[in-house]
Amino acid sequence: MSKKYWQNFGELNQTDVYLDKANNEFQEELLPLEDLNDKGLGDAKTPRRDFLKYLGFSTAAATLAASCDLPVRKVVPYLNKPDNLIAGVSNYYASTYVNEGDVISVIVKQRDGRPIKLEGNENSSITKGGTSAQSQASVLDLYDTTRLRYPQQNDGKEFKEVTSFEAFDKMIAEKMSSVAGKPVVILSSTITSPSSLQVITEFLAKQPAGSRLVQYDAVSYSGMLLANEACYGKKALPSYHLDNAKVIVSLSADFLGTWLSPVEFTKQYTKNRKISGVTPEMNHHIQFESTLSLTGSNADDRYMHKPSEKAAVALALLAKVGGAVTAPAIKDAELAKNIESTATLLNANKGAAVVLCGSNDVNLQIIVNAINEAIGANGKTINWAVTSNYRQGVDADMVKLVEEMNSGAIGALLVHATNPAYTYYDSKKFTDGLKKVPVTISFNATLNETTELCKYSIPAPHWLESWGDAEPKSGYISFIQPTINPLFKTRYFQTSLLKWSGSTIADYETFFKTYWSAKFNNDVDAYNSALQSGLNKEPELALAAATFSNTALAEAISKVGAVKGGEYEIAIYQKVSIGTGNQSNNPWLQEVPDPISKVTWDNYAMVSPAFAKAVLGLDVLGNQRQGDRYEVTPEKPTIKIKANNKEIELPVLIIPGIHPNVVAIAVGYGRQSADKAKTAEYIGRSANEAGVNVYPLVGFDGTGFRYSAAATVTKTENVYALGQTQVHGSSESRPIVFETSLKSFIANPKAVLREPREERELLLPYGGKDYVKDATIYPHYDKPGIKWGMSIDLNTCTGCSACVVACTAENNVAVVGKIQVVRAHEMHWMRIDRYFTGDMNNPDVVFQPMMCQHCDNAPCENVCPVAATNHSSEGLNQMTYNRCIGTRYCANNCPFKVRRFNWLDYNGADSFKDNQLPLIGVDMNESVMQMNDDLTRMVLNPDVTVRSRGVIEKCSFCVQRLQESKLIAKKAEDPTLVRNVKVACAQACPGGSITFGNVNDPESEVSKARLDDNRNFYVLEQLHVLPNVSYLAKIKNSDRHVTNEKEEEGGEHKEEVKKEEKAHA
Amino acid sequence: MSISYLTFAAIEGYFSTKDIDLGLMSHYRKFITNIFATLLFIALISFSNSSLAADGEALFKANCANCHKPLEDYIGPAMKGARKRAPNPEWSVKWVNNVNTLLETDPYAKSLLAKYGSKMTQFNLPEADIKAILDYADAYTPPVAPVAVGGGAVKEDNSLLFGILTLVLAVIAFILLQVNSSLRKLADEKDGILRADPVPVYRNKTYLMLGIICLFFFGGYKTINAAMGLGRMKNYQPEQPIYYSHKVHAGTNQINCLYCHSGAQDSKYSNVPSVNVCMNCHKAIKEYKGEDIIKEDGSLVNGTAEIQKLYQYAGWNASKKTYDQPGQPIQWVRIHNLPDHVYFNHSQHVKVGKQNCQTCHGPIQEMPEVYQFSDLSMGWCINCHRESKVNFYNKETGEGNKFYSIYEKFHNDIQNGKLDSITVEKIGGTECQKCHY
Repeated sequence: MSKKYWQNFGELNQTDVYLDKANNEFQEELLPLEDLNDKGLGDAKTPRRDFLKYLGFSTAAATLAASCDLPVRKVVPYLNKPDNLIAGVSNYYASTYVNEGDVISVIVKQRDGRPIKLEGNENSSITKGGTSAQSQASVLDLYDTTRLRYPQQNDGKEFKEVTSFEAFDKMIAEKMSSVAGKPVVILSSTITSPSSLQVITEFLAKQPAGSRLVQYDAVSYSGMLLANEACYGKKALPSYHLDNAKVIVSLSADFLGTWLSPVEFTKQYTKNRKISGVTPEMNHHIQFESTLSLTGSNADDRYMHKPSEKAAVALALLAKVGGAVTAPAIKDAELAKNIESTATLLNANKGAAVVLCGSNDVNLQIIVNAINEAIGANGKTINWAVTSNYRQGVDADMVKLVEEMNSGAIGALLVHATNPAYTYYDSKKFTDGLKKVPVTISFNATLNETTELCKYSIPAPHWLESWGDAEPKSGYISFIQPTINPLFKTRYFQTSLLKWSGSTIADYETFFKTYWSAKFNNDVDAYNSALQSGLNKEPELALAAATFSNTALAEAISKVGAVKGGEYEIAIYQKVSIGTGNQSNNPWLQEVPDPISKVTWDNYAMVSPAFAKAVLGLDVLGNQRQGDRYEVTPEKPTIKIKANNKEIELPVLIIPGIHPNVVAIAVGYGRQSADKAKTAEYIGRSANEAGVNVYPLVGFDGTGFRYSAAATVTKTENVYALGQTQVHGSSESRPIVFETSLKSFIANPKAVLREPREERELLLPYGGKDYVKDATIYPHYDKPGIKWGMSIDLNTCTGCSACVVACTAENNVAVVGKIQVVRAHEMHWMRIDRYFTGDMNNPDVVFQPMMCQHCDNAPCENVCPVAATNHSSEGLNQMTYNRCIGTRYCANNCPFKVRRFNWLDYNGADSFKDNQLPLIGVDMNESVMQMNDDLTRMVLNPDVTVRSRGVIEKCSFCVQRLQESKLIAKKAEDPTLVRNVKVACAQACPGGSITFGNVNDPESEVSKARLDDNRNFYVLEQLHVLPNVSYLAKIKNSDRHVTNEKEEEGGEHKEEVKKEEKAHA
Repeated sequence: MSISYLTFAAIEGYFSTKDIDLGLMSHYRKFITNIFATLLFIALISFSNSSLAADGEALFKANCANCHKPLEDYIGPAMKGARKRAPNPEWSVKWVNNVNTLLETDPYAKSLLAKYGSKMTQFNLPEADIKAILDYADAYTPPVAPVAVGGGAVKEDNSLLFGILTLVLAVIAFILLQVNSSLRKLADEKDGILRADPVPVYRNKTYLMLGIICLFFFGGYKTINAAMGLGRMKNYQPEQPIYYSHKVHAGTNQINCLYCHSGAQDSKYSNVPSVNVCMNCHKAIKEYKGEDIIKEDGSLVNGTAEIQKLYQYAGWNASKKTYDQPGQPIQWVRIHNLPDHVYFNHSQHVKVGKQNCQTCHGPIQEMPEVYQFSDLSMGWCINCHRESKVNFYNKETGEGNKFYSIYEKFHNDIQNGKLDSITVEKIGGTECQKCHY
């Protein structure tokens, strides 16, 4: 291979320690009795007595366990069985995931009365069946043990239960009348629900003058809203149509990961990246950014700059695309050249291009609006006929509110679905102000940082327990239906508002029904069918431009230049898993490795190798010893970062592709109660002690919050352990992924897969023709009926990790906690491998979803001494837990490293109760026990066994879904029903990268995907393991050299590689 | 010692006298005749019961059994001889599908209504089905109880026989060895060869070793069997909160299993019916008037009192005919327990595999209180999967489940005569991940 793909610096340099570590795959501590090799029994660490103790204990335990009486189990049927419920059969209801303005239409899988899994709603024309990691994990939030269970009142010392809603209402009425005359403010994250807004309007109309709704977004889009007001006269966000764009230029907008509506954008983006035929066309994606974001890692071309240079880049672009501005001088010649070429591309694709900008600077957004106007995006790729409602908070409103709170002008503050005490940049000022407001009521579901400071708490139900609606875009309504009775004594915040405003309508359910019945002209059928599909009849898609006014441009240009940078700058970003941090007590999300850094359970200072060399004196690229010292231990050095007069200390994670002067830090971590000891109890065991809060480093410039700033960094002597998963289970530099550029693909489509194809030829014995049958000494087994297979398109996989969470939810995959992740014991059945390649300073990134490949000639199967893993006649590599004795030979022999061993009893599935308790804090995090609570266990999928300690597990191709689909097909006597089956990862994927189905059926989607012979490959094909998962090679639409095909033929090339290796050694 | 001499004597007699020989032989013959007769009996019974009205029986149970019994009057008249009693044989067929019209015009229909007091539900069944039901009812004979007992007896006899034979042979072998050594001793004495005194049996190392080996194998066999049986609960028959007799409901009253356990056709679970399903019938059926229900311990069950217990649970006031108390669900004791790592789907077996409930649950209709009939072990499952045939699709005739048309290869094999039928095992029914995931 001419090109290297590497996951860490050790692999890049092939250092000794790395090679050692790669050989020692299971990185475990010494087990008892394991050091007995040549020493006598008496001299060993664990002498004879211990051996006898273990022997005696296990015999006694086995006897005890076996001789126990079988428990008497009860079966309790309903008194009156609901009509639509059959025990053991899942019902599906359309609903909508809403969280701080995010809206995703979903189908809720409800089993025996409890929601257990969310799937995308394919009827939605916005998200089209896609989901995100956060929405997939949201079902676990429903069963969060920290959810408040009844209305409470803070008596100054602690919260006391208020016994009834009536008593609560009475109390509030008294308090409100005592502050009559002072304004009542509802503080909320963005509300997309039209009926709720109606309730709020009616409520506020009856309150004193100055009463208002303040929408506050933890990560703000205020700059865009204000810029659009200045340019188009609309304080709104437009709809984007990336599917209409041939060129997408993003200035730090992480639109595939966290920006605005990533699921929608991923759908649009990947539409033009699904390619077929010999002269395919693709969109061209260029990313300018300071850190390495998920979106940047998918870009065809990616250029780096400091956050403070963002404006210069935008202005230079504007000048090049025909704006009447003088371009500022750009010091970096490389960057200037790249801006030039980007502008050329934009100019060549006027009307089919778009520029997105992730900044919250209103002036910068005005400039970007001008660029979009110049390249004809307005009305083509940016639609003003339909506006987006995802974010509506204006920062100045919030700042003004906090001022008023502090001055004592506010009579009552009603906090709904927001947590400013944690997310506000000046949290102290907010909490001080909160204490000065006479009546503070929280509708939040947990006792978070803000709720615990409020005087009253009346928790609102989770969206899975609620009726509701959401209007993500004007005219597009997505309905929320309850799928479970409220678990706790909760009440809609809308109902409270109705009660407190003396409305004649008793509750929000009634209000909702009346509101929508009226909208449907009392047509019950139309109303019911809308609820059933989850969506109202969507309007015809209209594309329209808005009139652009450039009056604000000149002022914007003058102001934008005033932003000062520094030698080092911080860039604050969100992770695709944790986001703003309101789901940070979700162990599924905490344990999802970040697509770029592959770190779980923490945030960190992400820096480039050059930064590490300059600041820490750590040369990971050039100095092997230093690289190893940094890389092989989970303990990373920490640095102190000071920005906006606040200082935090964070571990350093070295990732190539970040600007050398930039430190990237994620928000959403470091949740903490006012009393630190109460954090686990109030906010949650998973959120507790996960990372550091970065919101204090956010600045405010008078109009909006700023997520970057000049910073000073200082080295410390401390270290901090990070649970990073990518370095676990190395593939040892074998050729795993294949990619090429669009140009070379069109020129020579066969070239990208030449290497594996040639290796295949070499394996065939003389006279053999069929690689599958002839290149092995093992017999061939037929797959007479169904042969399950999966195809993954690397070209559309963005690495967003929705599939990882979906897999966790579907298959009861255990949460192991940070301590165990650090020991490389994570249990995810599916991981997304991230490979760097190319330029060390600005590498290309390839994501490759990796799960059990279900090899037809599987290396794991023939090493199992008890035949616990074997092959089915449908091509599945079956793992039988009840037969497994835990030798781990299979995991050792698996070339893909996808088998997972249950080192501990993560699920509480063993016969001995509470056996994990002694391990807590030492070997196991408390967050693992969070998953073992009776409440949390309600999320488990009853069709999948909960695994106990000591067995191997791995991807089963969602065999429970396959069996179900076969049963449905048999009942319907229709073989076409097993043609395409949606397994959990395929269902969740917003990019549609994963197709699954019956390979024996030529009509199935997976068979069709595999027809693309120029791109279709199997990982490690040359081992003749015959995987049932195929991949389609990645194509980058770039002029750079991105191919990994052989440049020279034969021996010469091999020698060259060897030389290269020697040079590194 | 004295005992062994006695046995020795008896065996001596066996070798010398013909009477005993004959006696044993005749005993043996008796066994064979017994077995043969029983087998013949079973064959006859099953033959007479089955083929004639297989369809009719199913149809009867599904459609009629809630109100009709074959032999006696129930909510409606006895079905046997219905055609003979009617004005003409065709009348009965017409009646089933035209209840409403006939009740207005036909005098015989009116007389039936007057006699039984309630109107029959009008059906829409094919004529052939109605005839099949009536044929079944006419040919109906009450089931003969002792079949099962006979079957059991055969098995017992066999093992007893083999046991006795083994014992006899072992004793013979032992005696022969003893005789041999005695004779040798005599011969040696005669020849003047001096030998040590024979070692007594209980100190003879060969015998001791043999004994130990036997004990080892016997003990090992028993231990392994017992270990495999751990957690298996065949014949588990716990006491339930209400003495609910399946014999009365499914046996005597012929209520279709799926009427109460409706989940079996749709779900992996065969649900225990909710209380409202019980009350569908028991609003009307307030007291038990059938034949005596005898508990396992021999005591008599008061059926009416058990119905009262149901009313307690349901919160039903029988005299006022209203639910005036808050009800509470019944906590039945679960009999059939599968381990957590086993996936079993009822609808797969009932709907697709078309298995009778009795295949696994045994003669439920004869159980006063349910017990676990099968051991629900993996071997037992696998065995059935090896033997059962799937309803394979036949491309020529279009018969069978069309889903199986994807098994092209098996289809060809059947056509070529390589296979004559497809078992569940053939389509992967014995693979691990069909039940364990």
